[in-house]
Amino acid sequence: MTILVWIEQNDGQAVSNCWELLAKARALGQELDTEVAALLIGSDVEEAAQQAFAYGAGRVLAATDSSLARFRLQPFVEIAEQAVERTGAVAFLANASIRGGVLAATVACRQNAGIAASATDLWVEDGKLVAARVIYSGNIRARIQFESHLAVASVRPRSFPMPEASERTGTVETLDATLNEDDIRQKITDFRAAEAGEISLTDAHIIVSGGRGVAADPQKGFELVGELAQTLGAALGASRAAVDAGYIPYKHQVGQTGKTVKPDLYVACGISGAIQHLAGMGNSKIIVAVNKDPNAPIFERAKYGIVDDLFTTVPALTAEFSKRLK
Amino acid sequence: MNIAVLIKQTPDTAELPKISVEEARSGELRATMVLNPWDEFAVEEAIDLSYRFGCKTTAVSMGRAGETDALKHALAMGVENALLVDEEVAGGGDEWAAADALAAAVTRVGEEGDVELVLTGKMSVDGNSGVIYAGVACKLGWDLLVNVTRIVDIADGKLIAEQAFEGGQETVEVPMPVVISVAKEINEPRYPSFMGIRKASRAAIPVLGSADIHVAASSTARWTDLEKPEVEQVQVRIIEGDSVEEKAARLADVLMAEKVI
Repeated sequence: MTILVWIEQNDGQAVSNCWELLAKARALGQELDTEVAALLIGSDVEEAAQQAFAYGAGRVLAATDSSLARFRLQPFVEIAEQAVERTGAVAFLANASIRGGVLAATVACRQNAGIAASATDLWVEDGKLVAARVIYSGNIRARIQFESHLAVASVRPRSFPMPEASERTGTVETLDATLNEDDIRQKITDFRAAEAGEISLTDAHIIVSGGRGVAADPQKGFELVGELAQTLGAALGASRAAVDAGYIPYKHQVGQTGKTVKPDLYVACGISGAIQHLAGMGNSKIIVAVNKDPNAPIFERAKYGIVDDLFTTVPALTAEFSKRLK
Repeated sequence: MNIAVLIKQTPDTAELPKISVEEARSGELRATMVLNPWDEFAVEEAIDLSYRFGCKTTAVSMGRAGETDALKHALAMGVENALLVDEEVAGGGDEWAAADALAAAVTRVGEEGDVELVLTGKMSVDGNSGVIYAGVACKLGWDLLVNVTRIVDIADGKLIAEQAFEGGQETVEVPMPVVISVAKEINEPRYPSFMGIRKASRAAIPVLGSADIHVAASSTARWTDLEKPEVEQVQVRIIEGDSVEEKAARLADVLMAEKVI
């Protein structure tokens, strides 16, 4: 019996929220009296595999082959199923990224297993794993009871605290890549990595977002919001209104038709707080709103607010934090 | 080549917060029902591809008998045909039963083997799972591309697409047939034309029921204990000051004290 956790990686660099999940799996494993195994699939994963021991994996399985350098569903599913079988897994967990979500769903369907997609919590009841997830875009919470031998979940980033790494190391077990390049139907012909240093919204501890309030001078407005984000080491977000108006690309959109985020601090600059936006960021630990309109709905969800023009307030905040974080 | 675009009829997003636990449990929603917003992108892409590559398009939706508003919206946008799969086919089962029923419906579109491309949206705004298309690909035994931002070309039995993920963007080549879930960046969905709406309102939509499609019962997970998540009641503290600099300094004080910076 094993809880198997897929560790997503890019060019050998593990996606850090997988460590949150691995640490949670370890706690669940202690309650269920099962071991916890980490699964790495890639072309160069030795360093990440050792990190998996440090973050709490009892066993680490790795499939290493040049054909696995980039994520492709067909070979990754094949190896994940091999690992499920090898470990006699009772649970297969992945982070709810784009790839983690589709890998978990495909493994679950092929194994005829129950799935909790984008789960927000995992716990043990009567010796069995149970999950929570939200439906109706965050408006209803449901408990997911698995009726299958294997339980599969993709888990939202930042659902659990980031663990401290230990000094532990171990011997990695090898899984064979049974498909060779000729057997793999999908071919990746071009690859463009995101800009280096760009902080992803779903991983961010702090997010600074801009909304329609920048309309008087959108370019200047997002420049100021971006500077505050950079000063705080935060990811840059936006409301749908700002994206639809063409002020900023869609990848920055937070909300029902954008990303769901859960940072420690969410700074909403010139965002009115439509329910569709709140659906994406309402679970942030602390929400700060900067808005000229004291009646903006965002102030009903914010813990701290400044009622003032963002064009003067945001640069003042940037200057203040630059001093303090020096 | 035919395209099947899988769509769902879902509550108007503005009405989602009003949905009660009882409504969610019974499925008897009072909300205004519309075409799932994420699926609009899939419908638009199907129409666009029909112009680019001369393919036929069919919208397929699973729902209760008579739940055809979303299908009519797709028809009004310009999809040629619509097909309703009565949800009784899935027998109240899980996502995999639904995927099985939809996969079977895809094979019933046009002549057998006509459909070589299935398009879907990213997820539904009610179920929020984004797993049905993975199930459909799995049941059909087809390849799957997700979060596709552009379909570059379809030629020589192959499809070339761009797909985005958290770490970047890649171009992929895959042999047909294939299931694709599209991202919001892929296009700008059109509004139905007046003529389209009139035509759609008169369309007779065929229904596939349990007499037409048989799927194996599947119940791998149960959703229990539905509840409204508690929204933490926070009383906002407005930071006052004589100047923005003073307000900024006071806000910095409280945020440092909260240890979030």
